[in-house]
Amino acid sequence: MISKHLKSALLGVAMLGVAATGQAQNEQFIPMAGYWVGPFAAGGSGIYGGFIDYLNMINARDGGVNGVKLTYEKCEHEYNNARGVECYERLKKKGPTGASVFHTLSTGITYSILDKATADKIPLITIGYGRTDTSDGRVFPYVFPLVTNYWSQNTAKIKFIGSREGGMDKLKGKKIVNIYHDSAYGKETIPVLDAQAKTYGFTVTHIPVPTPGNEQGAQWLQVRQIKPDWVILRGWGVMNPTALKAAAKVGFPRDHIVGVWWSGAEEDTIPAGDAAKGYIAAGFNVAGANFPVVQEIKKAVYAKGKGEMEDQARIGSIYYNRGVVHGIITVEAIRTAQAKYGNKPLTPEQVRWGIENLNITEARLKDLGAAGFMQALKVSCADHEGGGAVKFQQWDGKQWKVITDWIQPDKQLVRGMIEASAAAYAKEKNITPRDCSKEG
Amino acid sequence: MLYREAGQFKTTYAADQQVFPIRQDRIAVAALLVVAFVGVPLFANQYWLSAILTPFLILALATLGLNILTGYAGQLSLGTAAFMAVGAFMAYNFALRLPWMPILVSFMLAGLCAAAVGIVFGLPSLRIKGFYLAVATLACQFFVLWALQRVGWFTNDSASGVITAQKMVILGYTFESPADKYMLTLCVVAVLAVLAKNMLRSETGRKFMAVRDMDIAAEVIGIRMMQTKLLAFGISSFYCGVAGALYAYAYLGTVEPEAFNLDLSFRILFMVIIGGVGSILGSFMGAAFIVLLPIFLNTVAGPIEHLLGITLPSGLMSNLELIVFGALIIFFLIVEPHGLARLWQIGKEKLRLWPFPH
Repeated sequence: MISKHLKSALLGVAMLGVAATGQAQNEQFIPMAGYWVGPFAAGGSGIYGGFIDYLNMINARDGGVNGVKLTYEKCEHEYNNARGVECYERLKKKGPTGASVFHTLSTGITYSILDKATADKIPLITIGYGRTDTSDGRVFPYVFPLVTNYWSQNTAKIKFIGSREGGMDKLKGKKIVNIYHDSAYGKETIPVLDAQAKTYGFTVTHIPVPTPGNEQGAQWLQVRQIKPDWVILRGWGVMNPTALKAAAKVGFPRDHIVGVWWSGAEEDTIPAGDAAKGYIAAGFNVAGANFPVVQEIKKAVYAKGKGEMEDQARIGSIYYNRGVVHGIITVEAIRTAQAKYGNKPLTPEQVRWGIENLNITEARLKDLGAAGFMQALKVSCADHEGGGAVKFQQWDGKQWKVITDWIQPDKQLVRGMIEASAAAYAKEKNITPRDCSKEG
Repeated sequence: MLYREAGQFKTTYAADQQVFPIRQDRIAVAALLVVAFVGVPLFANQYWLSAILTPFLILALATLGLNILTGYAGQLSLGTAAFMAVGAFMAYNFALRLPWMPILVSFMLAGLCAAAVGIVFGLPSLRIKGFYLAVATLACQFFVLWALQRVGWFTNDSASGVITAQKMVILGYTFESPADKYMLTLCVVAVLAVLAKNMLRSETGRKFMAVRDMDIAAEVIGIRMMQTKLLAFGISSFYCGVAGALYAYAYLGTVEPEAFNLDLSFRILFMVIIGGVGSILGSFMGAAFIVLLPIFLNTVAGPIEHLLGITLPSGLMSNLELIVFGALIIFFLIVEPHGLARLWQIGKEKLRLWPFPH
């Protein structure tokens, strides 16, 4: 008799437990492997600030994505490859269904976990960084260098320089210097620049700056000797303000320096002071806190005394808004996957399908309050990049002013190089590329 | 009481000269090996195997390499990461260009290449000592990375300068899973550690220590300076080179030269200093301390925050970890400047007398 009571009681407790875990399990886990210390902390804290704030806004305002709450856990990797791998291993199994997607915010770490993530079937989203040839989704089904990759950006940059010179044919005989961060990230654009130099007849000189790049006297003396028409700045972190100051010292006009998007944030120009005035940089998102999506975050998160940013003045900065772009893309990918697999926590494999079939239209951007904030995006099995266009903006001494519309890349050239590079990788690794006509 | 050698009589020279003369030590080491070789692969999960234990073993091997040079032969070096880089990139090139060669042979040859580089950069040690030598080896650190980044041959003309490790196949078996990679690393590390232990007890090791303790006296009693110092550099770099190859193949998979930067050299030097200068056990302890502590701090930070019910700004949290890490290093160096290995030794001596200290 007693045992019967005990049994039913136990059963009840067990059921309660199941119900409780069922409740707690309605969550989608997103790992946040980033860096809040070190020479690149400005980028890491800004982007993850915007990213996490956006997720919290979705949780607070909508109660998650279709009722599935978004959870996250931070892991500090200090932009260090070994620590990044540790973060990946630590976070990949967390949450009820494992890591939905993985962001690294480091090209080097992306390289290190690319094979691991593919083996674990966890999608890797690298927005505006990472390995360019992963845009070929047939060879890299689990890697998504979304929005725009380095090669696209670089061809758009040459187009921009061409338009400033008065036409692409005017590029002939011009001299361009490519000052780059001496790392896998910095070297990514060398082949595409060389290819374009051949097409348009300009000469390009590549000058490396050893990491972290807080000493560039020699490099800029070399620039002064070459007397280039344009300088492309491919820097990161502390290297950027140093470059601008060094350019001012040798008297190179700042409005003829064009930076990559990792060289074009407030954190890159403000420390350089007046030396930064007139400097131009590419960007796939714009600055500003007046966009409805940023206002929503302020209303749903900061108004309640929460939020990631200690310094609320940084809300609406380039890095912060880039983090919001990360958030929008991740959440929309999960939403897309939910439309197919149901409104429940999804496995990484299902989220991968969502990213591959992501289609963020202009109308959708408007709904999200992000019209003009970022470009429309359509990902497909073959094309894991999606957009490709960039806007150029100029630092006027106080803020970034957008000076062009979206400039499209030279898709033909870039795609050809991506396919060749991906095919070489597939051959080296013995990968049979997917047949995209069979993907549903 | 348990740890007492009374009653253990040695009746042969072999028994007197064995690596672990005390029976309890032998049992403990055997148990440790059983745990490492059998228990860990059976019970550890993927995270522990691939993110904690494998890098720990690899860095312990590199620390052991530096310890042979710095701890036993007394030559300070800041080029450890460069020797590791040579090992990693040469192993890649051997596997790429001579694909028929067994991967372990590639590792060994890569180690030999690192040894050759080590001997070349060890030449200044014949004239300069101490901190000045450290500065000279610093040149090696920068030169090697510069060469790896500039000469396309090393990376097989990869545009971004990274290498992707090939699959490790031994006798038709592919080492792919974390447990496989852990076992391979463990075997290499165990064999090399035993070899190091025996070498350091031999004539070579005694020569190293004589040079370390007083090089003029060593020279007077007939130890050849050039041979001994360069041998120390060679052997040390060999260990570092093999560790570098493992770092690329068994841990990271894809590496850029920047992964072997000065920061790594310093960290390995700290492992030697914290673990114990001139101690093989210390190499492992130091590696464990430096590898595991930051991860541990990072892992417990979240729950502690949760427990106290406070949310600290993320930047502050990350910085706090570094502060605690630094403070612990200072604490250990004040409490025991000879490192964790010395603490362990003191513990053992106390244990021998326990519970009746006289």
